[in-house]
Amino acid sequence: MASAPNPPVTAEQAGPKKRGVPEGLWIRCPDCKATIFRKQVEGLLGLCPDCGHHFYVSSRDRIRQLLDEDSFEEWDAELRPCDPLGFADKRPYAQRLVEEQKKTGLSEACVSGRGYLRGRPLALGITDSAFIMGSMGSVVGEKLTRAIERATQSKLPMVIVSGSGGGARMHEGILSLMQMGKVCAALARFHEAGGLFVSVLTNPTMGGVAASFASLGDVVLAEPKALIGFAGPRVVEATVKQTLPEGFQTSEFLLKHGFVDRIVRRPDLRGELSRIIDYCCR
Amino acid sequence: MPNVPPLPFERPVVELEETLSKLEAILDPSPDDQDAIRKLRTSIVRKRREIFDNLDAWETVKVARHLERPQTLDYIELVFDEFVELHGDRAFGDDRAIVTGFAKLDEYKVMFVGQHKGRNLKERNECFYGCAHPEGYRKALEKMRMAAKFGMPIICLIDTPGAYPGVGAEERGQAYTIALNLREMSQLNTPIICVVIGEGGSGGALGIGIGDHIAVLQFAYYSVISPEGCAGILWKHVKHADAAAKALRFTSKDLLAFGIVDEVIPEPLGGAHRDHRGMAATLKGSLVKALRQLMAVPADKLLDRRYEKFRKIGVFEEQAVEVAVDEVTAAERASEDAANESNNKTDGPAKPTPAARGSAARARSSV
Ligand SMILES: [Zn+2]
Repeated sequence: MASAPNPPVTAEQAGPKKRGVPEGLWIRCPDCKATIFRKQVEGLLGLCPDCGHHFYVSSRDRIRQLLDEDSFEEWDAELRPCDPLGFADKRPYAQRLVEEQKKTGLSEACVSGRGYLRGRPLALGITDSAFIMGSMGSVVGEKLTRAIERATQSKLPMVIVSGSGGGARMHEGILSLMQMGKVCAALARFHEAGGLFVSVLTNPTMGGVAASFASLGDVVLAEPKALIGFAGPRVVEATVKQTLPEGFQTSEFLLKHGFVDRIVRRPDLRGELSRIIDYCCR
Repeated sequence: MPNVPPLPFERPVVELEETLSKLEAILDPSPDDQDAIRKLRTSIVRKRREIFDNLDAWETVKVARHLERPQTLDYIELVFDEFVELHGDRAFGDDRAIVTGFAKLDEYKVMFVGQHKGRNLKERNECFYGCAHPEGYRKALEKMRMAAKFGMPIICLIDTPGAYPGVGAEERGQAYTIALNLREMSQLNTPIICVVIGEGGSGGALGIGIGDHIAVLQFAYYSVISPEGCAGILWKHVKHADAAAKALRFTSKDLLAFGIVDEVIPEPLGGAHRDHRGMAATLKGSLVKALRQLMAVPADKLLDRRYEKFRKIGVFEEQAVEVAVDEVTAAERASEDAANESNNKTDGPAKPTPAARGSAARARSSV
């Protein structure tokens, strides 16, 4: 499906930052072009101290930022992707998977589990845009579906933080497309059972991820200036043969057009989520 | 369909046909000529069958996109006894890329939903070559909800290169409307039959593609992305669309093998475009049969069946490990994963079977 124009340029792409390498001590903000001290960005939850630009954060850091300390219990960590199509473009998908796993320290693009937010239990799913653009293949679809099913059973609120430039993952072909249907069917049951689903859109949320679970929150939040949409901006530009309007497919654009409820800066996200859960859940 | 322009890979047949027409032009054919004509006719059929039995993925795409291929409006005429179009999406406008309305199929009254690409330039411009906007998906959902309310089964014909990638479509929530259809269709309490009749272009196809019986015409395809789109991203140039088409495994045979579709509906010799009536008759037979079976499914089982149908799709590995990964370093993790991956390789490529699901052993990880 559609894909984001660029992989996220990040402070932490090199891998889990606990074992961070000394290189990249200084990073450049793509927004205000300031050269900033990386440690300072990390202290600000991945925000540029000068302009507030939201850098990529890994799923690990996201969990740390959102949940009560040490409260996260991961689900389905043993799920591993395989290569059902025997897919190969310039390099085989099987090899790409190994490389992505090495690069990110993740086994797949999704982390899911249960945790607490200000003492309240919830189910959390995250798609991490560092792993093959956060695209959804069988494992991402399965992990999210299971998480939603467990949330339905245990009557937990469900929060999914999406960061997926890749939409449905091409390398698993039609199986990836069908994950959209699978996750949405699970959400339908969750919805019917009265569960609260808060969808948090981060940069980027595109294609088959946007066109499935990410858009279906009871409440939809977005981080500022994230790229969010169905078709990739370059595809749209090539189709309509005109310059795209200023701010096209940003969080602000979606808010204006009625598809996002609130734009939330990352430092406020934990509080916002807590408040929404407070309003909707006993 | 006498004047169908041949596809490039039909060249050998075309040559035989040229020879045949020369012989047929002889005013006073000798017994030898008549014999040759008979033999040629047989070999034309044989050759065409041989070619179409062995189409590769890219050739299949060419057939699926053939300009003379029957489309939704053709099937409305040839398959259904009556059609009462309903235009309103109740919000924005009438999207001509998705046609909806009441229809009669044999003894059944059904809700018809079909994507139409356009058979001539005027139609194609009206319906954006079959690329629907949010209003089209919304219209489809409105009518399908009504169908469920009145206990009417739903028939969806899928034929789209993809949902329209435009400024207006994004402004009006293309992603949201498709997502909503996926969620709602999974819960509509009435039988739904979906048939990919030409192109099953990614989310735009799936947006009317959640149902109880999923079928695909023999030379249709159903894919996560267009071969051109995939080639552009992964091969960095659309000229590799044929390679992408092969890699994506989206032909009817593959779809059946992966358990995505329940049925492959055979096409007339040389593709549906050579015999609209024949294709429509076969399609009608399949629809009626599937509908009869679904009408016999108890209402309280229908939605569970539909849920399970999509629930089981996906291929992955699940290792029953019980490890505390708190202290595992990134490097260890990566090498572990690499080792797992090479284990997989020794088993050869994974078989496209639904993954086993059982109680998951939980690996704990605190971050
Ligand atoms: Zn900045």
